[in-house]
Amino acid sequence: MPERLPVRKTYKLFIGGEFPRSESGRTYLARGQNVARASRKDLRDAVRAARAAFGKWSGATAYNRGQVLYRIAEMMESRRGELAATCGGEAEVSAAVDRMVWYAGWADKLAQALGSANPVAGPYFNFTIPEPTGVVGILAPEEPALDGLVARIAPAIVGGNTVVAVAPEAQPLAAIELAEALATSDVPGGVVNILTGQKEELAPWLASHMDINAIDLAGAGGLAAELERAAAENVKRVVRGGGGGGGQSLWEISAFLELKTVWHPIGA
Amino acid sequence: MVPKGGWGIEMGPASPHRARRTAPSAAGSREPAERGAIDVSELEKKRSSAPALGGWDYAPAPESREVVSLRERYGLFVGGEFVSPRSEAWYSTISPATEEPLAEVAEAGVEDVGAAVASARTAFENGWSEISPAERAKYLFRIARILQERSRELAVLESLNGGKPIKESRDVDLPLAAAHFFYYAGWADKLEYAFPNRRPRPLGVAGQIIPWNFPLLMLAWKIAPALAAGNTVVLKPAETTPLTALLFCDLVRQAELPPGVVNVVTGDGRTGAALVQSDVDKIAFTGSTEVGKAIQRELAGTGKHLTLELGGKAANIVFDDAALDQAVEGIVNGIYFNQGHVCCAGSRLLVQESIAEPLVEKLKRRLGTLRVGDPLDKNTDVGAINSRPQLEKIRELVAAGEAEGAEIYQPPCRLPERGYWFAPTVFTNVAQSYRIAQEEIFGPVLSVLTFRTPEEAVEKANNTPYGLSAGVWTEKGSRILWMAQRLRAGVVWANTFNRFDPASPFGGYKESGFGREGGLHGLEPYLSFDGAEPFGG
Repeated sequence: MPERLPVRKTYKLFIGGEFPRSESGRTYLARGQNVARASRKDLRDAVRAARAAFGKWSGATAYNRGQVLYRIAEMMESRRGELAATCGGEAEVSAAVDRMVWYAGWADKLAQALGSANPVAGPYFNFTIPEPTGVVGILAPEEPALDGLVARIAPAIVGGNTVVAVAPEAQPLAAIELAEALATSDVPGGVVNILTGQKEELAPWLASHMDINAIDLAGAGGLAAELERAAAENVKRVVRGGGGGGGQSLWEISAFLELKTVWHPIGA
Repeated sequence: MVPKGGWGIEMGPASPHRARRTAPSAAGSREPAERGAIDVSELEKKRSSAPALGGWDYAPAPESREVVSLRERYGLFVGGEFVSPRSEAWYSTISPATEEPLAEVAEAGVEDVGAAVASARTAFENGWSEISPAERAKYLFRIARILQERSRELAVLESLNGGKPIKESRDVDLPLAAAHFFYYAGWADKLEYAFPNRRPRPLGVAGQIIPWNFPLLMLAWKIAPALAAGNTVVLKPAETTPLTALLFCDLVRQAELPPGVVNVVTGDGRTGAALVQSDVDKIAFTGSTEVGKAIQRELAGTGKHLTLELGGKAANIVFDDAALDQAVEGIVNGIYFNQGHVCCAGSRLLVQESIAEPLVEKLKRRLGTLRVGDPLDKNTDVGAINSRPQLEKIRELVAAGEAEGAEIYQPPCRLPERGYWFAPTVFTNVAQSYRIAQEEIFGPVLSVLTFRTPEEAVEKANNTPYGLSAGVWTEKGSRILWMAQRLRAGVVWANTFNRFDPASPFGGYKESGFGREGGLHGLEPYLSFDGAEPFGG
């Protein structure tokens, strides 16, 4: 008998800033832990939470969003130990934290890097600015467990999108650790929602959901073609180049952005 | 100067019967009975209280057709030559204003599309992608210039084959098409400045499918950026409006563009489907949301690049402090421009409740002055509906609007007996759930809804699966910007509507598609880059 029984963590979903169990009551075993196995209903709840959070998050100032992302990095740094134990180790945590900081710095530069004032042939002021696409569905790559997920979430949220991410199926613990860091950052509830469970079960619903505007197929594997087909139902933006934790660029962000052009006459 | 009869287009005698056969446009035209004008008494009944200005008698001002001479038959433009289709299928293209056949056009089959794509591939690999960008630019500048030089001929043909008023093809379509080539010409040798540190490279062969509402302008929107980026193209014009694209092939030869850089395959949706399934590297499609979705499904898993410019149901929002007369002009331009055959048309008028009544009265009066009729008459404001199926679709939706309980208004106007016509129409008492408030009509039909607060206007405006464009009318600057921020649409026109420019990116949110055309942003869909690709990349 040990002197003191350690208190274990229950690994749950992250929806709307809270940590519910799956409404289905199901779990599966991953890395020796019982992990919630999200259902289609959980996915719908997550999309609803993401949609509800979109107005405020997309309407926040870019400076504010940058600060929130930086705060996520701070919270991740302070949880190095837990994060490292659930992913590839310290080096991966460092990469993920640095990546979050890198994206944090983009928030208030996007409009200048991607927007334009357009010299139209007439008495009009005309400008183009980037805006978030809306709710983004993410299938996180299986590897690396933490940095792969961060590499997909960070570029989506820095531009003002909200996210429903499906964690790597075999290594979901890092995603839940990340969710705990997110919950203690200043990220408004619903901006990032993380589901654990079986990819084959969840992905088709993610791809066909009519209130998701873009889907990131980084972890889709052999499902990609089928998911792309389903995504056409509401003309989703399909991001298929990203993932693997490799890419870190402005174009990872712009893949989740729309461009809005505004015209106004010039006159005395 | 090019000799008369050159460029492979025979300068045959003009058809003198055209002017005689076409009814002039406006109410009060001289011999309505002889021309078989339809009984307008039904429409008169629905005139509501708005007085028609009436009494104006416009003399016909027909634009001469002589500047255009058509061949009897047009093959497919493949490898710099017009060739007969291997499908051996042909169809007749008509004038929607008179139903008169204009020419026979090839119906490209799968094999024909394959040959066009192969020709584009060969041209891409044997020279076009290697040619110095500065030379590429000069080819595009040449095309822009030739478009300007031959703009009258193209404008007349555009109105003849598509039914749009000559005023619009002359003053909007043609100048914009030429400007588009001129704009993108300059980018061809400056791509490194447009996309620093990304090593922009052409994709290869672009398959491009365009609609019938702005045939030549959509051609320009597609071909100019594709060529500037170093691609070669296979373009499929719309089934009902192939002629300006076929005449454009003649311009391509005049510009001495290397054979195979531009190929044109005509036909219906089956030809389009064959192009989507062919060995192209990219598909750019402008058309209906339904077909756009089918294309996106078809390309799933292929890795081919895709951009879609689809339907819309734009809100044109008028606040109580707006300059009402200007707003009325904007509303009219927003929905009756090009017979409402505009994906970004302002088809839902959202009026602040306090001014709804006077605004609708002004609008009805203004409608009474619109001249509907012969597209080639220089005074015509509203031309012919593009095709019989489109006319039937408009009629069906208008009937649905009446059945659902909306109140219809159409100004008195005489519509010619032959051809496809629909009077400018306004629906009031429209609920958001009505089909006329939800579905894209693509005709001269406006639905009027009201709102009380700016928040409600935003809510209603965004309450559609589409997100292509929106309009805002108010004299308050801060409100314009507040509204512009919240409208989920790719283009927001404030105190104006339906403005286009090659330097101005155009494209939709949500189910109105993805990717942009125009501006620096319009180059991106035709390039591949180091590092991450944009969506569809």
